[in-house]
Formats: sequence, C-alpha cells, structure tokens
Amino acid sequence: MSLMDLFFKRKPSAGIARERLQVLLAHERIATGHSELLAKLQEEIIQVIARHIKIDRDQVHVKLDRGNDMSTLEIDVDLPTVMPVVSAR
Amino acid sequence: MAKVLVVTSGKGGVGKTTSTAALGAALAQNGANVVVVDFDVGLRNLDLVMGAERRVVYDLINVVQGDAKLVQALIRDKRIENLSLLPASQTRDKDALTPEGVERVIGELREKFDWVICDSPAGIEKGAMLAMYHADVAVVVTNPEVSSVRDSDRIIGMLDSKTAKAERGEAIEKHLLITRFDPGRAARGEMLSIDDVLDILSIPLVGIIPESEEVLRASNVGSPVTLASPDGVAARAYFDAARRLAGEQVDMVVPMERKGLMSRLFGRRVA
Repeated sequence: MSLMDLFFKRKPSAGIARERLQVLLAHERIATGHSELLAKLQEEIIQVIARHIKIDRDQVHVKLDRGNDMSTLEIDVDLPTVMPVVSAR
Repeated sequence: MAKVLVVTSGKGGVGKTTSTAALGAALAQNGANVVVVDFDVGLRNLDLVMGAERRVVYDLINVVQGDAKLVQALIRDKRIENLSLLPASQTRDKDALTPEGVERVIGELREKFDWVICDSPAGIEKGAMLAMYHADVAVVVTNPEVSSVRDSDRIIGMLDSKTAKAERGEAIEKHLLITRFDPGRAARGEMLSIDDVLDILSIPLVGIIPESEEVLRASNVGSPVTLASPDGVAARAYFDAARRLAGEQVDMVVPMERKGLMSRLFGRRVA
C-alpha cells in the first residue's frame, strides 16, 4: 500500500467482481448448454438418417441461430444424387 | 457402502491436492477407511504433500495396465493406519489411463475402503474427466477470486452432464469448498464474500478454509494439515468439512486465528 492509497482510499472491488461474474456466467451457461444440445441433436439426426440412407458424419450440419424473438435450428444434409439406400431388413 | 469422492476445480493452484490430503486424513482420523488417489498423471504431487514420495514403487497406471496388483501400489500412511495413497505416475503418458482400466481399479478400491478420494488434475481434459467420471460425491474447490469461480462454474456443469451418475439420470452430490478465504478482506469488500460465491455457483457449502500459514508449513514437511497442526484454523475447518461430508450437521463458522499481542502489533512476521 502506498502513501497515496492512505489518502485516496480505493473503492472496494468485490462488488465489481461479483457483477462481472454474474454477467459472464449467464452467457457462458447458455453457450455451453447449446453446444451440448447441438452435439446431441446432430448425433441423433445422423442415426435416424443412417437407418435409411448410407451417410457420412460430415454430411450432416446442425446450426442454431439465436435471434431476439425467435431462434432457428438449421439442419443441412448433403445427399448424393443417387441415394445409397440401406437395404431393408 | 463405499463412496467415491472427486476433489476438482477446473483451475489449478486453488488447493485440490492440499484439500484431498486434508479431507482424506480428517476422514481417516475420524475412523473411516480411506484411500486418496492421485489422478494427475505426469505431474503427481499428492505423494509429496502426504510425505510418501520416497515410498512410491508402483502407481495408478501400473495397476490400470495390469503391471502391478492394487495391493502392491497402495502406500499405507505411517501416521494413520487406515489411510492409504494410490500415487499417479510421474513419467508415463496420460493416455495410458483408459476408461476401462480406471473403472476396474475404482471398483476394486470400492471393495476395500469406505472413501475413495480422487485428486483431479487441473483443466477439463481427459484426466480430469476420468477423475470425476465414477464419483458419487464431488467437492469443488474454489478460491474467492473471479477466474477460480468461473472455472468452478464450468466444472459444475460437467459434473451434471459428464459423470456416470449424470448419464444414468441420477444427481451427483456436489459440495463447495472455499479455500484461501480471508474474512477480513471479504468484510472490507476487497474479496468476494462467501455469500457472493454461493449466489453465483449455487451448490451447497461444505467448508470454508481460511488463508493460513499452517497449510504451507504442512506441505513443506509432507503432512496433511489435519495431522501437522490439528488445532490450527485450517485443520479445524477441514475437520468440520469432513464431518459434513460424512453426513453430520456442523454449524458453519470460519475458524479465526487467535493472535497474540506481538503478532497483532507486527503482523505475520512475528508468528
């Protein structure tokens, strides 16, 4: 502590720490929650398609766009012109 | 029934290893049969903090890979006979730790001990994930400081989604252990208070370990702080936390240092 600090007492900083954390974690919790949801969706969508069509993992893209009023879930599946159908059992 | 407890935090240097040793010793001092397991492959330190660094022959990886039997790798504490250590490997690659191997070793430990306490490595990589995977109970070690609280929040999310219990749809028991707490600075608004941290992380509090010189002294001499200075503030706080983990109701107080006139006048240098 310098001599100046004795005269100009600094404002306690714990309140700032608390506020910064609250804002940051509110965002991070949503972000990690979404990334897990997306991974799950992608996995299950691949499984459903793979039941009928032979498909590669990287042919399925799942994207979540967050808007203010509405969010969109975009599922993009690349299919070859001649579909390699999984034979019925 | 045996309980598997993981001591975790995300951030490094917050006191996971110190807390593993202290809680393990405290539970054992209260009569339970305890093993502490070091999951920090490549950077083992629990052996050093426990004062057993010269007694390591086999380690967790040897047992996981079937090169040694569990009983060969377990090191029994010289001070408390119902406390054992399973050290981590210092040299091997951390990829040597396989999920199947860890599952088998944890299963064997469950049969031998009342408490299996896993000291997690820092970070959110494979080692940390394996350390938490089989846990029934988690102790999240947090310093009242922004980066530690943020990382703890992340780890809490993982405990709720990436553990065997979570995958079975069961809830994992989570406890917050606040370490390096300075009541004076928190009261002056210079440090996040206990309530601040609890508000943000919202998991139940199991203990508050005040900042204390005894913790460093204990690790210097290679002894859990509950053995090195059992009457000190840190040890008393760890004893209380251990009793809460065992299911006892213990009032939450922050043990305070009783300062003599000299140390009041001259601060810590005289202690």
